[in-house]
Amino acid sequence: MIDDVRAAADAAVERLAAVATLAEARALETELLGKRGPFAEFKTRLGALATVEEKKAAGQALNEATQAVQSAVQARAQELQRAERAVQLEAERIDLTEVLSKPGRGHAHIVTQAWQRLEDVFVGLGFQVAEGPEVETDWYNFEALNMPPDHPARSMHDTFYVDHGNPGSTVLRTHTSPVQIRVMQHIAPPIYMIMPGKVFRNETTDATHLAVFHQIEGLVIDRGITLAHLAGTIEAFTKAFFGDGFSSRLRPSYFPFTEPSAEFDIRTPKGDWLELGGCGMVHPNVLRAGGLDPEEWSGFAFGFGIDRMAKERHAVGDVREMYTNDIRFIEQF
Amino acid sequence: MKIVHSWLTDLVPVGDDVEAIADAITHLGLAVEDVKHVGSTVPGVITARVLKTERHPDAAKVHRVFVDSGDGVERHVWCGAFNMQPGDIIPLATPGTVMPDGRAIEPKPILSIPSEGMLCSARELGLGDDHSGILILPEGTPLGVPYGDALGLGEEIVYDLDVLRNRPDAYGHLGVARDLAAHLGLSLCGAPTALAPVSPAMSAPVEIVAGDRCPRFTTIVISNVSVTSSPDWMARRLAAAGMRSINNIVDVSNYVMLETNQPNHAYDYHTLGGGGFRIRLATEGETIVTLDDVERTLTSADLLICDATDRPIGLAAIMGGQNTEISSSTSVIALETAWFEPMGILRSVARMGLRSEASARFERGADPYGIDASIARFVELLRLTCPDLVVHDGMVDARSDAHLPGTTHITVRPHRVSQLLGTNFTAEQISALIEPIGFACQAQGDHLEVSVPSWRPDCTLEIDIVEEIARHFGYGKLGKTVPKSTQPGGLSPLQQRRRHLREVLLGLGISEAMPHPFLAAGDLERAGLAPEAVRLLNPLVVGDDVLRTSLRPGLLKAVEFNESHRRSGVALFEIGHVYPPSSDVLPAEYEALAIVLAGSDATAAMTIWRELVTAMGWGARVDQSNVPVGLHPTRSATLSAGKDVVGAVGEVHPDALDAYGIDERVAVLELNLSILLAAEPKIAQWKPTSRFPSSDFDLAFSVPDSVSAEKVEKAIRQGAGNGLVDLSLFDVYRGKGTADGTRSLAYRLRLQAADRTLTDADVAQVRDKIIAGVAKLGASLR
Repeated sequence: MIDDVRAAADAAVERLAAVATLAEARALETELLGKRGPFAEFKTRLGALATVEEKKAAGQALNEATQAVQSAVQARAQELQRAERAVQLEAERIDLTEVLSKPGRGHAHIVTQAWQRLEDVFVGLGFQVAEGPEVETDWYNFEALNMPPDHPARSMHDTFYVDHGNPGSTVLRTHTSPVQIRVMQHIAPPIYMIMPGKVFRNETTDATHLAVFHQIEGLVIDRGITLAHLAGTIEAFTKAFFGDGFSSRLRPSYFPFTEPSAEFDIRTPKGDWLELGGCGMVHPNVLRAGGLDPEEWSGFAFGFGIDRMAKERHAVGDVREMYTNDIRFIEQF
Repeated sequence: MKIVHSWLTDLVPVGDDVEAIADAITHLGLAVEDVKHVGSTVPGVITARVLKTERHPDAAKVHRVFVDSGDGVERHVWCGAFNMQPGDIIPLATPGTVMPDGRAIEPKPILSIPSEGMLCSARELGLGDDHSGILILPEGTPLGVPYGDALGLGEEIVYDLDVLRNRPDAYGHLGVARDLAAHLGLSLCGAPTALAPVSPAMSAPVEIVAGDRCPRFTTIVISNVSVTSSPDWMARRLAAAGMRSINNIVDVSNYVMLETNQPNHAYDYHTLGGGGFRIRLATEGETIVTLDDVERTLTSADLLICDATDRPIGLAAIMGGQNTEISSSTSVIALETAWFEPMGILRSVARMGLRSEASARFERGADPYGIDASIARFVELLRLTCPDLVVHDGMVDARSDAHLPGTTHITVRPHRVSQLLGTNFTAEQISALIEPIGFACQAQGDHLEVSVPSWRPDCTLEIDIVEEIARHFGYGKLGKTVPKSTQPGGLSPLQQRRRHLREVLLGLGISEAMPHPFLAAGDLERAGLAPEAVRLLNPLVVGDDVLRTSLRPGLLKAVEFNESHRRSGVALFEIGHVYPPSSDVLPAEYEALAIVLAGSDATAAMTIWRELVTAMGWGARVDQSNVPVGLHPTRSATLSAGKDVVGAVGEVHPDALDAYGIDERVAVLELNLSILLAAEPKIAQWKPTSRFPSSDFDLAFSVPDSVSAEKVEKAIRQGAGNGLVDLSLFDVYRGKGTADGTRSLAYRLRLQAADRTLTDADVAQVRDKIIAGVAKLGASLR
């Protein structure tokens, strides 16, 4: 019997090697090891053996044979499973560059992008953001900013006058500075505020000048604010916005609404100086117009153009391109 | 303001490091925008005399000029300018010369006749802007010599300064020199030699009628002068500073102005009716011919200088008249040196649009007490060409003291200076910084009494002195400290919501445009919008004077632009201000959002609106009975929340599309962000997710066209009650199988209970309730 068992096992292993699919392997497993299989049958014949030794020897041989067949089944099944998965995976191959074009995300205007980056840097420096109207009264745009009627500095602003109210009473704001006054009137110091927005100058446009453009203005009012604080804030902004390799300087200038006034320049890592904007200590008359006592509070203000940041970051040759609303321009950024 | 280096070094020994000087001037607040080397001559250009000129029958634009450059040889040159006469001496660029613009002169033939050089205009030689003809050199100029020698040319270095309103003194070389001397610790060179008037007395008496406008008017008579040309160095400096050399007297007058910032005027004494002056306001409509040969009509606000017979001889502070000009026969002059009230001059200048070197100085504020020194300087310089001149006794100094500015005294508190500059200056340190620029300081207790020099009328407040202190200490030395903000930085909730809105729109595939806020007349009407709008009084482009009341016209223009550049189907949005008219102090400005989806119909706009409703937590009634102007009447709705109209949704009216030349449908969504972003959105509150299985089923209704899907949906929700967790309209069908005037609306519903598994009976009950509810609208289950 032992020889029969071994022969059956060998035959079984041989048959397993011949099956081609996992399903056939599972069917063969049932046929060989199931209740009607040859090994089950051998088991029923064990009892008929004569001696205990014979029974023991045959039983052991049967166990070994069954185990051998079982592991052969398992091995063959695994092998077939892997082969079948490999075939399936190969059949599923796709070319990932073969993608149909679909409309994509929208593109934010580059001026908005620059505007938001500037806001984020100033927010990081502890500033909040204020906004104001674009059509302004002459009082907010000029008078409250230490430019009474007939003030010669008004000629520095090419002003758009608006046909509203008394003649000359309403203008398109020529700078974001009127928001300073509105902030001072509505918020008690300390004030750490930036004021971005659209501004208007009645100037012929060219590659670097627009009649409608964007400025960002900063205003700090607190106790004991000095010109050194202005220089420190400009320096901190310069490094945060442009990078560690950049630095800044102030040089004397003139604006009616600040005194002492300054221009601020930034120095590129290559060593070039670029003129960026104007700044200064808030003029006592401006603090008064905002309802603050200049003996108690002092502060500084600064401002510069947003459009130029966008223009230079993206090397746009002509600022007017940014406002053509040509989708071929917008989609580049 | 052009500052000439050689002139500056005459006044203060600043040395020759041009870059360092420019840098120092810039850091004193007088930004040097450019440093130019002017007056260098072009080698190879020599003087020549015109012998004759000749036309050539085949050359219309050029003629033939025959010249002699001193060697007696007749040379032929083609020339495109016709302003020369035989005998004129002109500059000839000989072959081989390289002109300042890089052109090399070659004997290039025209009509096969070669040209032995080129005749030059002033501009071609870099001598200013005149290109109207060939430069004619003074009579008697020797031939065959470099033209530079003939003109007394030599190189000058010029600093071009951006002088701002607060520094009237820097319109003179002396003002810049004073600042530099203080900055560098140098001394200014000495004052001019004092006048030594002699008898016999000769006067030009002055009667001032308008004392408030002309508080000081001085005259002095100088005889035994002769009109000749100026020394080369003076002509060169004047040219470098941007003024043409005329003759010795006019040149000295200009030179003194450019040096001391004091305008002045020399009259031919013999042409002065009555030998004196009368300063009065013009009568309305009075006329005068100014030196520039223009007849000007005046108003009663313009100030006139008349002679003693009341004949107008000059527009005060602005420009002289022709009738008393210095001529070659002038031998006696009356020198006027005066001070005029700035605002009056500013108004006349603005009204007439006539600005001169003199008026620019008076309107900014000249020095009323610098007059005497500038008269002395005038005489000192005129003596160089008229060594025998006689200054006569009898100087007239007519004044209206009440209207002359007095000395300004300002109290300066050192602790206040430190408070603003972050320094710890003592009174002594402050004095040391500003006394060198003429601010006299006197200690009074713990503060300083500062007397402002008369050439700095801009300084009237303590803060003005603080600036002078900072300027002369050096801004760069004040340090850089970041102030400690006690408030947290951040965007306001509204600003955060605006950013979120932008992100959502970009995520929906819509790009941001930024059209111009001005519209052309007719743009609103073309878009079908009301024409009422606020207008600009002085538009940049004639006709572009309408302040937009809607973002729509700008975006329609953008759609049209892109469509005409083969980019149809653009999806654009703008967030920007609009300015509807109002009777308030300011127009009813608000922030708006507009979205245009070219090539899409109204449902696309509704899809966007629904997306925004969920993303932003907004809500509004879609009121199709109220069609917004300019939109498609059967495909558009007003969005209203409470009493507010918060927006419009739908499609642009085909008439407007036609008017803009747009070929595709344009879906549109417009929102009032000033309202919508201001509201605190509802914050979503957690609803526990049921752990029990859900039941799905579909319902299709046949609904009359008059009943909106919104109503059907509402009825479904009402019928379903709390168990409805999902509801979506998944199919709309019109056509075969639907009755006329109806359509099929198919909904998918999901029911789920929080506490148990729904039975078939539960579901059937809800289903029946829904069907019954919808049936009340006149719809039936299909």
